[in-house]
Amino acid sequence: MNKLGLIIKREYLAKVRNKSFVVMTFLSPILMVGMVVLIAYLTKINDNERQVVGVLNESDFFTHDFVGEEGTSYLHFSNISLETAKDSAASMGYIGLLHIPENSDLEELALQSFFYTKETPSTAIIDKIEGVFNDRLRLNRLQELGVSVQDFATMEKRFELKTATFGGQKNLKGINEIKAFIGGGFGYLIMMFIIIYGGFVMRSVIEEKTSRIIEVIISSVKPFHLMLGKIIGTSLAGVTQFAIWIVSASLLLLVTFSIFNIDPSALNATANLTNGMTGDIAPQVPTIDKTMQLYAQELFDIPWVMLISFFVIYFVLGYLIYSSIYAAIGAAVDSETDTQQFIFPIILPLMLAIYVGFFSVFSNPHGPIAVGFSLFPLTSPIVMLMRLPGGIGEGGVPIWQVFTSIILLIITFVAIVWLAAKIYRVGILMYGKKPTYKELWKWLKY
Amino acid sequence: MNNILVTKGVTKQYGEHLALNKVSLEIPKNSIYGLLGPNGAGKTTLIRIINQITFPDSGEVYFDGEPLKAEHISSIGYLPEERGLYKKMKVGEQALYLAQLKGLSKSDAKSRLKYWFERLEIGDWWNKKVQELSKGMAQKVQFIVTVLHEPKLLIFDEPFSGFDPINANIIKDEILTLKEKGASIIFSTHRMESVEELCEYIALIHQSEKILDGKLSDIKKAYKNNTFQIGLELVQDEVFIEEISSKFDVSFLKYNKDDKQLDFKVHLPSGDSKEMLAYLSSKANINRFVEIIPSANEIFIKNVQDKGGHE
Repeated sequence: MNKLGLIIKREYLAKVRNKSFVVMTFLSPILMVGMVVLIAYLTKINDNERQVVGVLNESDFFTHDFVGEEGTSYLHFSNISLETAKDSAASMGYIGLLHIPENSDLEELALQSFFYTKETPSTAIIDKIEGVFNDRLRLNRLQELGVSVQDFATMEKRFELKTATFGGQKNLKGINEIKAFIGGGFGYLIMMFIIIYGGFVMRSVIEEKTSRIIEVIISSVKPFHLMLGKIIGTSLAGVTQFAIWIVSASLLLLVTFSIFNIDPSALNATANLTNGMTGDIAPQVPTIDKTMQLYAQELFDIPWVMLISFFVIYFVLGYLIYSSIYAAIGAAVDSETDTQQFIFPIILPLMLAIYVGFFSVFSNPHGPIAVGFSLFPLTSPIVMLMRLPGGIGEGGVPIWQVFTSIILLIITFVAIVWLAAKIYRVGILMYGKKPTYKELWKWLKY
Repeated sequence: MNNILVTKGVTKQYGEHLALNKVSLEIPKNSIYGLLGPNGAGKTTLIRIINQITFPDSGEVYFDGEPLKAEHISSIGYLPEERGLYKKMKVGEQALYLAQLKGLSKSDAKSRLKYWFERLEIGDWWNKKVQELSKGMAQKVQFIVTVLHEPKLLIFDEPFSGFDPINANIIKDEILTLKEKGASIIFSTHRMESVEELCEYIALIHQSEKILDGKLSDIKKAYKNNTFQIGLELVQDEVFIEEISSKFDVSFLKYNKDDKQLDFKVHLPSGDSKEMLAYLSSKANINRFVEIIPSANEIFIKNVQDKGGHE
């Protein structure tokens, strides 16, 4: 055990003292924050650039329909000819001129209306204008059929289906997606960690082979201890890196937010604007706040302690399984260029887990695909974590599934580490040729 | 127990390939034992078995009288043929790490390393990175790490490769000093001149089998064929040359007329040189009379060629 400690310490220090590790660790958060700031800045510029549309309305309709909204404003001309209006719209840099001619019949008027532009207009602006016309036309047609304005308003009220669990717990629309997204974040983190740090383990094994120190070392320690020490030491370096990132990134975010005076809660504010056109805005605000509160409550109710504990369990087991495969690959080859054919089969289940997770678990967290992949050991660390934010037990993941997946994971872990250690033990002393799968199979029997 | 290491019928198979076939060896204590054989003969496999890097399919290995077990690792020092160091680690730090893996405490390892670094005059390398060292320099560090924990058995696989002649001599002297201090040494090589110089015992492994082993002097005796190299200064005239040619089994005869110097080889079937000496001393002045003993190299080549199959 003492020797294992020595190996872990050396692997950890070798990784942490590496220049590229130091650079990556301290540069990444700066890059990440830089990206956020850049996006925030660009969004701000985008918002500030307003599109102006000139409106020459000669009719009695649409007097109050074209009002400014997010990103677009309308400038109304009156008592000038169409040509003058076009000229002035062009000279003032408007993106176009909407001409609504005089006509007492709304249907005909709509057909006669024209949108003149400098360049081919974007579909967004066309949709906006068409939307205004369509709303107005629909109201008009219904009125002709004898529907009053009040009846129309009543008719326009949208229905929202309320949902609840059998136990009477209230469900919120989209909360499953939000929960799966949180779980997905954890799953994604595991995948990235496995790919990045598994790669480090593999390269470290290859380095020992190419520098020919391997035989010196394994004349003192068992190859299995060397492999284990390497995996643990490297992952501790990874944990250090993640810890530094999380701490420094959140610190930097706080600092930038206070410098640029961005209110993080304002990021959700745009959601309120979509209701702008329906008219009576004022009474709706409390409802939205209430819904938001429910969402917040729901997020708060996610069993974080449970989730993080399971994250640790699945992370440790998943990482150990994959990194011992990486170590075996490193031992089997002589140089990194030879690793491609072996790497692909490892990445495959990881990618599959992420895609299955995002497509299948999001739409149905307890469907057969989601259950299957959350039990299969090579994908369960990622897929199960995407399901877990829904809770365990009633309304969530059945307890037996969680236990089965963990037990399968442990069995797989023991089997894979045993097999990987065998390949590792033979591979580290083999030089000169790139082995085939058939040869790897033979090594298992040495 | 007079043997530090005994192997009995050690066999190892890799898939279809038989790497060692019933190899039995006895390596006496406090000796230098040469493990010879062409490339791919199975030397490295045998050494790896002794170091418990791999394990035999059948057969037994005894270390100092006990069956070989994990604890013996700290009593063995091994310098592999394929040797290297972590390139990005500092020399001192790395030597400390390797010494600790052999079971030395940190402080103990440090003081011993200080001693050896001084002794081999590499004290100022402590904080250098390995990638800044030349190959020979790195070899010195590896040598120190191998012997640092004062093992009872030292195994050197081609220890002189990568050294210039001066440093090779320094290392050779160090190996002899270690032997004087009581260590037993297994020395695997195909450089025969160093075998001749250092080894008291040898074993020859060829095509996975031991084909010859024993005390080097005994083996040489067994391989000599009673041939003598003789140099004479003739007193009489050239008639003597014809006489000697007809009387004995003479070869490689060479005569220098100016200083009357005659050199030749003679094969004496009985191995008795007295009669020959008596005859010669009556006819000429004897400058040289030497029995030709085969070199280790000749024995090696002869055995390997007799068995055939050396590619």
